[in-house]
Amino acid sequence: MRIIQDPKRRDSQALPLYQAAESPQKQKSKGGGGGEEGDAKGEGGQKLAKKGEELKEEMDNLVDEIDAVLEENAEEFVKNYVQRGGE
Amino acid sequence: MQKRIYGVETEYGIIFTPEGRKTLPVEKAIRFLFEKLITTEHFLNVFLENGARFYQDTGCHPEYATPECSSPSQLIIYDKAGERILEDLQSYAEEKIREERIPGKLSIFKNNTDFVGNSYGCHENYLVDRDVDFYYLAEQLIPFLVTRQIYTGAGKVFQTQDGVHYCVSQRAQHIYQKISGTTTNDRSIINTRDEPHADREKYRRLHVIVGDSNMSEYTNFLKVGTCSVVLQMIEDNYINKDFTLRNPVKAIKDITYDTTCKRHLRLDNGREYSPIEIQREYCEMAQKYIEQYPVNDEHKKAVGMWQYVLDCLVDDPNKLYREIDWVIKRHMLERYIDRKGTSWNDPRVFMMDLQYHDIQRDRGLYYLLERAGAVERLYTDEEVDAAKTEPPPDTRARMRGEFIKLAREHSIQYDLDWSNIRLGNLLNVRVICNNPFESDTEKVAELVRTIQKTNLRKTSLSKLVIQS
Repeated sequence: MRIIQDPKRRDSQALPLYQAAESPQKQKSKGGGGGEEGDAKGEGGQKLAKKGEELKEEMDNLVDEIDAVLEENAEEFVKNYVQRGGE
Repeated sequence: MQKRIYGVETEYGIIFTPEGRKTLPVEKAIRFLFEKLITTEHFLNVFLENGARFYQDTGCHPEYATPECSSPSQLIIYDKAGERILEDLQSYAEEKIREERIPGKLSIFKNNTDFVGNSYGCHENYLVDRDVDFYYLAEQLIPFLVTRQIYTGAGKVFQTQDGVHYCVSQRAQHIYQKISGTTTNDRSIINTRDEPHADREKYRRLHVIVGDSNMSEYTNFLKVGTCSVVLQMIEDNYINKDFTLRNPVKAIKDITYDTTCKRHLRLDNGREYSPIEIQREYCEMAQKYIEQYPVNDEHKKAVGMWQYVLDCLVDDPNKLYREIDWVIKRHMLERYIDRKGTSWNDPRVFMMDLQYHDIQRDRGLYYLLERAGAVERLYTDEEVDAAKTEPPPDTRARMRGEFIKLAREHSIQYDLDWSNIRLGNLLNVRVICNNPFESDTEKVAELVRTIQKTNLRKTSLSKLVIQS
């Protein structure tokens, strides 16, 4: 009856990005979410390592994407971003 | 109240960044935003086809007030639709500015602060039962509102003498009072403004001004959904525990600076609790409440999500890197710093903090994460797009929205506020709708038909007042 969260995503997405940089061993101990295929230990570890790699790559891509859109004159922009109090 | 009207007013940050020597002060830039909205109403203050209001507010901020909504989900969709409407206006304005030969970029941010200490708000409005004593309600609600930032905060990078820090909420630093009547100085947790735009005998408006503007649909829904459940419990006199904080204004700041969410706060009765523990108490009461009282499904969903985020927060806030704005943003910053081998002092970190809130999806970092599937969504683009032009089907906003469409189609002059429609060449015909739950558009259509048949210049229709 209570919707705790969408169970699909914890299973399919497995590891959160913040765990991706850690060692596969550590990732495993943290559970990685849904725990499907948890019994084939060796295989699971390899899978997780592979997922960790993929996620690392994803994160690198994301950082590249951020760089592509991030305001070039960051310092200047932030300095000039002065708003008047609202409400 | 099982049926409630919800609304959110969001003030946006705005800046024009010139590419050449010519610049455009914000007072002028903001006028370009309104150019696309041709209307017979006042310039810089208009109602939109979806029933929402868009206007220029204090401090030259564009402000979008959602139409009257009947549920938290509907509200979040209309709040998002506001971002999309503004995104359209921004693109158009940028083009117009270019035509004026002032090359540059117009940026709009859905956040609540700059980096020098100014703040602009995100105000939630809940229609509440007039029978419940306001100060009783406020006292019951304040500990909840003070501590909820641990899952509603939008996160912020800030600099002090001893370095760069990250805090949970954008707004917390700018709150100085528990309850007050002003919003521009001495900002409070709850504002006493009581304009229900409805029958004053039955309802009052609860004006919560302590919240952050949210990018995440999940966070935004949780913010409104949990507050709504707590309000219902207060109205039903269900809350049987006292969490009165010794110093709520100090507590709100202590919590924002503690990203573990575990530091203890002192209650009036001398006991000490962490913000997670206080939230858990409210959440547990809500779990029992929804078993015993009639509650709609959205509220049940909110309580389930509430429990989930509290469990994550106890364990490790980072677990909410897809759901909760302040965690999503920090996670992005940490990964960036890590990959780039840079530090929190990097000006790019401050820029990313700001750009997370950019409503232009090509530039906004929240939207970059959304496209990458890195954040949890609750609604679809189709739902949000529809809400740009279609009013909510089950509130008064429907009458307003449908009226605007008809009036434009038939070139009828009009002037609006939340409860009134004035129309005709002399604006002497008036439709009053004091019931925000009313959604009968037939009345409006009939009125428009009457207007079309009548020569308003010759006939005095001032007696034609439709009251509902």
